[in-house]
Order: sequence, then C-alpha cells, then structure tokens
Amino acid sequence: MLRLPRFKYLRPQTAREAARMAADLGPAAMFVAGGTDLFPKLKRRQFEIETLIALDFLPRQVQNGSTDCVVGAGVTLAAASSDEHLNQNFAGYAEAAGLVSSPPLRNAGTVGGNLCVDTRCNYYDMTYEWRKAAGFCIKKDGDICLVAPSSPRCWAVSSSDTAPMAIALDGVVMLTGPDSERELPVSALYRDDGIDYMAKQPGEVVTALRLSAERETKTAYVKLRRRGSIDFPIAGAAVALRLDGDTVVACRIVLSAVASHPLEATEAEAFLKNHQINAETIRETADIAAKPAKPLDNADLSHFWRKRMVRVVVEQALQQAATRIRGSKVKLLGR
Amino acid sequence: MRESPHPALRADLPGERGGQFSVVGKPLPRVDAVAKVTGRAMYADDMLLPRTLHCRILRSPHPHARILSIDTSAARRIPGVQAVITGADLPIKFGILPVTQDERALEHEKVRYVGDPIAAVAATEEEIAAAACDAIVVEYEVLDPVMSIDEALVAPKDERIQDYGGPNNIHKLVALEFGDVDGGFARADLVREDVFFFQGNTHLPMEQHSAIATYVDGRITLWSSTQVVHYVHRALARVLELPMNRIRVIGAAHGGGFGGKTDPFAHEIIVCKLAMMTGRPVKCTLTREEVFYAHRGRHPVLMWVRTGVTRDGRITAMHFRTALDGGAYGSYGVASTFYTGALQTVTYDIPAYRFEGCRVFTNKPPCGPKRGHGTPQPRFALELQLEKIAHDLGLDPVDLKQRNFVKPMTRTVNWLRITSCGLDECTDRVVTASNYKRRDRRPGHGMGFAISSYLSGAGTAIYWNDMPHSEVQIKLDRGGVTTYCGAMDIGQGSDSVLATIVAEELGLQPADVRLVTADTDTTPIDLGSYSSRVTFMAGNAAIAAARKMRAMLVEAAAAKMGCETSAVAVGRGRIGDFTFEEASVLAEARFGTLVSAGSYTPPKIAGPYKGSGVGPSPAYSYTACVVDLDADPRTGLVQVNKIWIAHDVGRAINPLLVEGQVEGSVYMGLGEALMEEQTFRKGLHKWPSMLEYKSPTFLDMPEVETFIVETVDPEGPYGAKEAGQGPLLPVPPAVCSAVYDALGVWVDEVPVTPEKVVEALRRKAKGEPARFGPARFPTIPYPPTIKVEPPPRDLQIAAPAAI
Amino acid sequence: MKQEVLRNVQREVVALDVNGERVEMLLPVHKTLLEVLREDMQLTGTKHGCELGECGTCTVLVDGRPELSCLLLPVQLDGRAITTIEGMAVGSELHPLQQAFAELGAAQCGYCTPGILLSAKSLLETDPSPSRDEIREALAGNLCRCTGYAKILDAIDLAARRMA
Repeated sequence: MLRLPRFKYLRPQTAREAARMAADLGPAAMFVAGGTDLFPKLKRRQFEIETLIALDFLPRQVQNGSTDCVVGAGVTLAAASSDEHLNQNFAGYAEAAGLVSSPPLRNAGTVGGNLCVDTRCNYYDMTYEWRKAAGFCIKKDGDICLVAPSSPRCWAVSSSDTAPMAIALDGVVMLTGPDSERELPVSALYRDDGIDYMAKQPGEVVTALRLSAERETKTAYVKLRRRGSIDFPIAGAAVALRLDGDTVVACRIVLSAVASHPLEATEAEAFLKNHQINAETIRETADIAAKPAKPLDNADLSHFWRKRMVRVVVEQALQQAATRIRGSKVKLLGR
Repeated sequence: MRESPHPALRADLPGERGGQFSVVGKPLPRVDAVAKVTGRAMYADDMLLPRTLHCRILRSPHPHARILSIDTSAARRIPGVQAVITGADLPIKFGILPVTQDERALEHEKVRYVGDPIAAVAATEEEIAAAACDAIVVEYEVLDPVMSIDEALVAPKDERIQDYGGPNNIHKLVALEFGDVDGGFARADLVREDVFFFQGNTHLPMEQHSAIATYVDGRITLWSSTQVVHYVHRALARVLELPMNRIRVIGAAHGGGFGGKTDPFAHEIIVCKLAMMTGRPVKCTLTREEVFYAHRGRHPVLMWVRTGVTRDGRITAMHFRTALDGGAYGSYGVASTFYTGALQTVTYDIPAYRFEGCRVFTNKPPCGPKRGHGTPQPRFALELQLEKIAHDLGLDPVDLKQRNFVKPMTRTVNWLRITSCGLDECTDRVVTASNYKRRDRRPGHGMGFAISSYLSGAGTAIYWNDMPHSEVQIKLDRGGVTTYCGAMDIGQGSDSVLATIVAEELGLQPADVRLVTADTDTTPIDLGSYSSRVTFMAGNAAIAAARKMRAMLVEAAAAKMGCETSAVAVGRGRIGDFTFEEASVLAEARFGTLVSAGSYTPPKIAGPYKGSGVGPSPAYSYTACVVDLDADPRTGLVQVNKIWIAHDVGRAINPLLVEGQVEGSVYMGLGEALMEEQTFRKGLHKWPSMLEYKSPTFLDMPEVETFIVETVDPEGPYGAKEAGQGPLLPVPPAVCSAVYDALGVWVDEVPVTPEKVVEALRRKAKGEPARFGPARFPTIPYPPTIKVEPPPRDLQIAAPAAI
Repeated sequence: MKQEVLRNVQREVVALDVNGERVEMLLPVHKTLLEVLREDMQLTGTKHGCELGECGTCTVLVDGRPELSCLLLPVQLDGRAITTIEGMAVGSELHPLQQAFAELGAAQCGYCTPGILLSAKSLLETDPSPSRDEIREALAGNLCRCTGYAKILDAIDLAARRMA
C-alpha cells in the first residue's frame, strides 16, 4: 500500500507557537489540520518534508453575529455544511462545504484546509513513479509546465470549492504569524500562480474565516464534476446577490477551477449591478463571466467543454441564488 | 418391504417434477455472508505469516525501450533489504494461452509499456522495499512507442513490440465466412455500413491484487487473489521449473475480479521466487496504480459493420470487421479477437456472415478478458446499427430486432448450438414494464432498447485437453458433508451455488454443507471463475457427485428399512426413516469411507473449422434492457433515470445471487457507457487512480428493475445458465439509442461523455451528419477468407446432458 | 527521493480506544490508522483500495462519524472512540445492518462491505429513517464495483425499518 514518508510530528499548543515552529523549520515543515489534502500528496511524494506541525488547537466553533459569522479554521467541512446558522445566512457557503469530495472526507477536512488546498493538475497529482515516467513538472522536481510547455509558469488549477464562496461573501481570514496577527481578505489570499498560489506567508496559520453579508443576501454555489461525489470541481460558480425587488443592488460572482486562483468575474458583476434580474440578464451576465475563464487540458474532461460549461454554472448559480428561499438546499447540476 | 411414510415425497430427483425443490430457487443468504459482513473473510492482503517479508516491484518508466543494464547494488545495500531479483532470475516466458507465451515475470531485455515489471525487492518493511526499488539504476535505449491501432498497422520507426505475429505490429488476423455473404447482400433491399468505437476500460476491483507465498520442505504455498488457481499453478510450475506437486495455490477470499485476475501475474511468480530465495514468507500487494498496469481489461475495439436487410427488416447478410488494440502482450488476446466476431449470430438469425478480425500490439498494459470478454464491443456496434437500420426503414427498432431473433434448439450459421432462448420473453418484460412503446416524448427525454447473449462457460479449454472442465468430490462422515471443488468464489457466489446444489440433492440446507474450494492440493480441478462457467460446469459436476452420494445413503436406508430404494424419501434432513446423521452412519457401515465424485465435460459441439473453439458454449444466456434518460442539449449531460433489465438465466438457483449479478452488470455497463475509460497520453496511462478513473458512485446509479426469466435449459444444472456477464452487454448500446431518442444525434462510441454529445449536436446544427464517432476503418491486410459451409440450422435433438 | 526511509523514526506511545478497548502502543508517528489497525492490531476487517482517500474502502468511525483510516494518524486520535467492522456485532449477534446485508445479498466480494456498513451505521444513528436519496448521499464516498448498490440500498432500508 501507499505509505507516508517518515516525518517528525510536532504538537504546538497555540497558533503563535505553530507559526514560530514553521518559521524556524522553513520549507522542510508543513502544517496539518484534517490531512485530507496533505496526506495523499505526501504519499505521492508531491511534498517532501521532514516535519509536520499539527494544528489540532484550531478552533472548531462557528460564532454567529447578526450579519457576520466567524468559522473556526478547525471546523470540519461536514460541520460547516450542516451548521444551522451558516445554512440560514450563508447558504452558499454551507452548500460549497457540503460539496467538497465525499462524506467521510468532509468529516476530517477542515474549513481552513479547504481554503489552503493545493492547486491541482493531472500531470502533478500523480505518484512519484508516474511523475518520474512522465518527466517531472515545474511544480515539483522539474522545470517545465507539461500542460503548457512554452509557458514560464505553472498552470495548476485552484480547486477549492469554499474559497470562491468565501470571496463572494467578503470573507476575511485571521492569520497568525510568528510575531503578529493580521486579517486578510480571502480575495487577497491567492496569487495567480500554480506553485506559489497563496499570498500568505508560509509560516502564517489560518485560524478562522469571517464571512459577512448584508441581510437578505442570497447565495448559491454550483459545482460541476463528473460524478455526484468524490470529484474535485472542474468548474464552479459562487454567487452572492442582494436584490431590491428585482433589481440587483450587490453582486459577487467568483469562479472555481478555471484558473490558478479563484477567479472573480468583475466585469460580469459590474454588468449585473443595477440591472433587473431575469432570464435574459442572467444569460448575459453568465456570458460575460465566462470570458476570463481559461481552463487548460489538465483536469477531467476536455477544456473546450469545461470552458463552455462555465457559462452554464454561472447561470445556474445566479438562478438559484435569485430564487433561493432561505435555508433551502439546491439540487446539483445534471443530477 | 414397507411403504414409504411420505408417498408424496418419493425419491424423485430434485427439479424433475415442478415445484419440488427444497432450496434451489430460494433467496437464501450466501454461505459466506457472516464472514463478509463481520470483516472476518481473509483476503490475501489480510494474511501475515511469521517473518513475512514485503515485496515491491520496480516498473518501467518507458512505454518502449531496450534494457541495457540493471544495477541493483545500491538497493542491496539498504538495511532491511533481503533479496533483489531481476529478469535473469526468472527468464522463462509464460502466458495464459499456449500460443502466446510472451510474458516474463521480470523483463531484463526489453520493456513494452509503462509499468512493465523489471526488478523486485523483498525487505523487512514495505517502505524499505519501495525505497530499494527506487535505488535500482536501469539504463535504457528508448524506442519509439506505438500507441494506437493506426500506428501499429504501419512499419515501426524503431522495432516491433513483439517478435511474432505481423506484418508490423499486428498480433493476430482472422477471416471467416459462413454461407453466401455476397448473395445475401445482393438480395438485400438496404445495405448499411457504419463504423463504431468502444473505448478500453478496466475492471477496477476494489481489492488490489495480492499474493503471499511461503516455501517450506521443498514446497511452495501461494495464497492469491486470483480467479483461477489452476492457471496460476501451471504458470508457477513452468517458470519456477518445479513439478506441480511441489506447488500449492490457494485462492484467498476474493475482493473482486471481473476478469482482471484471470491471467497468472508477475507478482504471483515473484513472491514464490523470493520466498524460495529468502526462506521466509513474502507478500506483494499491488498499489492501485499497479492494478491499472496489471490491467487485462476491455480491449479498445474499432468496428466496421455492413449489414443487408430486406424491406421488412430481415437480415440477409452481415460483414463484421474488428480491430483490437491489444496492448503489449498476448494475454487472452487471440481468444478476444475471435470473440469480437463469434456471438453476433447467437441473438439474430444471420443467414450469411463474414468476420474479419485483427488484434495489434501497442505499448500499453495488455488487454484481456473483462466481463463479457470481447463481446460487449461488437454487441454495441450490432445493436446500434440495427437501430439505425430500423430508423432507415421506418420500423420500430424493437420490432425489427424481434423479427430477427434466433429460435431455441437451432444452430447458427457459424455452428453455434442454441438450446434454450428466452429473448422474446425478456423483450416483452422490459418493453412492457418500461412502457417503451408509449414513452414520454418530452424534449430531451429518451429511451433505448438493446439485447444480448453470453456464454455459460466456454465449450473448449484454454489449453487443449480431453479432461473434464470441472470436478467435485463429496466426503461424508458422521453426518458431516464436505464438498471439494477447485472453483473460486470471486464474490459471485459460486460457493453458495455449490452448497445449494449439494444440499438440494441430499435433502439438507446449504449451511449444512462444508466447502473446501480453490485449493490445488485438496480440491479437484475446476478451470476457474471466468467465462461465466462455474454454475453451469461445477454445478453439473456437483449434481453428479451428490447423486452418487445420495444413492449410497438411500441404499443403506432402504436396506435397513427393508424397502425398495424408490420408496426412500429424501428431504428435510431425513433419508427415509432416518435422520441424515443416522443414514450416513448406516451408509458408512455399509460402504466404508463415504466419498463420491462427479465431473463435467462440455459436449463437443465446436464447428469443423479453425477458430471454431471460440464461441461454443453448452448454453447461452439472453438479456433485454431498456434505458430511460434525460439528455441536456446545452451541456450534453446525460442523466439516466431508470433501467429495466430482463435476464434469461435458465433457472435461478438462488434468485438473490442472480439479481446481484444482473444489477452489478448493469452498473458496470453503465460505467462503461458513460464514464469509464482507460486512456493514454504521451505513452502513459492518463489517470491510474480511483479519483480520475471514473467509477460510478451511489449518486450516479439509477434505480434498476430486474426480471428473472427462467427457460430451464436442457443441459444446465436444474436448467440454470449464466448471469454474471451477459446483462452488462445491452447497457451501452441502450444508452446510446436513448441519447439518439432524446436529442436526435448518434454517439457511435463509448463512453458517451458530454463533450461528445455537444459536438454531435454542433455537427447536426451545421447540417453535417448528426453523429460523433470514428470516421473511418483502417485498411487491414486480412488474410484470404476461410469459407465454412453452414450446418443444418434446426437442432432436432440436443446432445444429452453430460451428467 | 525515497531515501527518507533512512531517517530515524519518531515513535510515540499512543493510547487508542478501538471498539471500546483501550490499547497503548508505541507507534511510529507516520503510520496511518489504516496501517496500525491492520498491521499492529490485526484488525484486518478494515480494507483498503487506494490509500489516497478516493474510494472509501478503509472507512472507520471516529466518535461515531465515518472517516478514512488511510488519511488519519493515530497520534491525532488520542481520546477519540474508533469503531471498526470488528466492533459492529455484539459477540456473535450481528448488528441489524449486518443481518440485513447478509439476508439481502448486499455483500458480493465483500471487500467494500466493512466501510459501507460503518458509513450506514453512522447514518442510521443520526437519521433513523433516511429516504433512499438520503442513503445515497450518505454513502456517496464508498465505492462498490460488484453490487450496483441496489442490494445495499435495500439492506440499509430494511435495517432502518427493523431498528425503528
């Protein structure tokens, strides 16, 4: 069977202590929370580390305010997806958390972990032996991108289901570094690079996620994947809408799995704002939103089709958000 | 002389009068149910003998290369490494078919696919063995890989993959003709030609292959997750150069095969060799990625079909061409090639038939038998082409197909003997239940219909011999019945079938029968769990053995009762006036040790031509299926709503097990239809993982309504036929027909991915042919056709049952 | 790359509560729960199909909820209750789910069965009368290649009704 490499295991008691350990040990150490992304990658030798720093101390509570909500980074995705307050007021977030991978995995995977989930590529998420046979890629051990060999960068895909929704909900992460704490909007947490995909310092620990939205903000997350479970997104749309009657007064649309970072469709947002929401404007908005999406041939199904599907997932997410009754569950695309 | 106390229950043999079965036909739990639901069934990887070493295998990173040198010195220096072997230690070639002995457990001259085994390490820990493999240095001369059928047909840039077959990388060519094909086309009102493609896919058993060997007192014992202990036994004797009596192969509890564990495998040979060298038990469990390389799965097959029909839809002639992408080795490939042409005639009455088949070598993991072995691909092409012909003629596809159904007790044009056949009843069941003919015509909704047939065991053995295909022994003492048979329960329930049959004959419950199966030291031969042969063949052998045992019990009881044997009732745990235990004591006192044996040899029914060994079976199962789905024209996404399936199993010895086989077949067929594919990129398997190779989840599986049809085959055990493979076959073509019904486009290849549907719709919108599929069939240098005179078509008398 | 095998192994004494039995073991910190259950505790009822969290075969219950033992470290599990398939029956008395699986033929090769039974047990403990769709949702992380899931759904349904 595939096994983990040997490592040292450290158990800091606080985020500060964890951050200091990470700063001391440098790239030879990594944080582990639920381990659902990390352990497969360690078994495939996509990371080579000597030390794991356990984040068992992370808060596992959801704290509710009137228009905001602080979700501890240690809250499991299962807990987030079934949390009553999140389902009431941030339904799209709960929905996104509930669509990550599969039920047993969501019982271990955490809110913080899904925000930090490594970018994916089907030339990279392979065993050491496979990658050695294929020729190593720029993200690990090699010097070219096997998807776009003429490009100087890595095109691995941001595959978090919850990050786009967190951005759409003006999410802010609480970060603890070796010496200080700070808040960072989730929209600023990512970089457009398959390798250095996070803008936080490697030693900073994500301790919580604060979501906020004006009352009556309607949200939805639509995820496209081949099967009803287990699979990562191959396209997705997170939408947060606020309506005055039929008029859109605020609108956020963030795409998943079409770039190396969660991709905010700003042009589409600007277009829809102050428009009436109806089938026609939804279609137009979706067309505009799909334009910046550039899926490549490094995930399931053809990138042509995935590009085509971006419009569809945006449209469905807008429709669902617009018609959503508070707390209702949305049926999956195509199922 | 006394009257039997139960005159109504005279010593009639079970099933010879209606409604007299006591356990046959009952939905009883499987005999190993408790072991399986409590986690106590012992699979090969669960076994750990004292001092077991762990083995890992170094595999080729190149699809095609010559090996210049292998340096294992660094690996040997790693603490904990106990042995390192390479191809020089196991130079003798083996292979499942006598004509293609082309594999080595470890290659030291040339590698032919990414994943070809090169060296193996036994170490105290698995992680040490893995690290040692990584420390082995291999120098290669990289050769140009051949990755497609088209590339295999032309002269290779560097060299051929194998040094036999030809021309170029062609492995096998076949050309057969039965009846007057040209005349048949000449009298047709419509002749249609189509090209289809069935993508390769793999078995993906949940259990990764595993084997553990120990060598004590000059004897090897191997426990393995194999479907056929006997073939592993043969390969081990050959490669290890040991007499068969020094080797014992035991089938461990089996975590799923579907044909993927039917070949002897490198790791099975390797652990034996390492056990001999180290004097310690050695275990090897493949990683999931290695399971994809072990493969032997569904061949990708390109097909060209030309069919002539009369105006009213009667088939006048058919010409069927296939090209199989075989991967790097022979495996079952010669048989697979024949199978792509063999069973077309078993469902439809085709008066004249020409078949040309070709298998090529490519630098991919070898293909072999997967559920349906070589027949789902041509079934897909055949069913879809008949649909198209029905549309051309303005006929209902069900009516057109039904008009051509074969009749029971006939011979096909290619000499296949059909005994029982429930096609009409199966069709009626699913067409009625699904309301197919009055289906909802809402946009995007469609229904598709297809039928199929499959063997109840191959009529000829893989290696030529006149011995029985299955043998059963029964031992009885002091009331305890033990049944011995080489058959391997791979989850299909063959142990339960054996227990049920023996129990039926002896008037017991299946739980009263102890089983010893799949152990080459203790059990008589059975050729294994493949080609849907076990119920039919081992079942008949079990009936034969049990009836001999029953006769001894009855005779002993009659003697004590002072009555005729015919007056001794058997059943409900009693033999005449005695409990079963008492009767067995009487019989043992009378006859000494109570043992009986029975065997089954299929009737010699192969036709008088070369290649006729593939296709004959003592009986064929029949299936009909309707698929109901919605397809979204914008996204191409297909949602299957429901599947109705009716299966002619002859007789359901255990309906629960039959339904399980049918439902599992539907599942696997649906996976192949919609998402499963074994594809390659730059010489590598594109996605050798459970995440990226898409196996349907609970949420992807629609409701399935199953109908069991019982035609009571004249030669099957109590009339039983197969259920494990046939029901897979109609699902992919029914899905494609339903997509056409929904959207008006043909997807002439599987899997039917949404991008293909969308592309077909785009072409339709542009006024191009409304289809997605292969454009052409390559030019293949088929040999001159062998013309075979068809047999008399009516089968007056079925050969008598072998028992 | 794989030369990390030459590194020293960090071992810790770990106390695990498995099926109600508390066991203290000295374990390498990098061993997964799957490996420890199978190789150190001889609880081989927990199977494995990929070791990457992609198939659900190795599912066990942690504090009553299904998790993947291939992605858990025993050093993370101090004080948490682990249930494996060996802990489902009480003595020789099968759990109603096990009984229903046996009766309805929901196990064929039986390899995915332990993980599926545990996922189902957790489901019925949180929702004693799930709909078929709810069963599908809860079991969606457990792949089976034999049954087509039909008999499994029937068996869970039957067990739920019997337990009601």
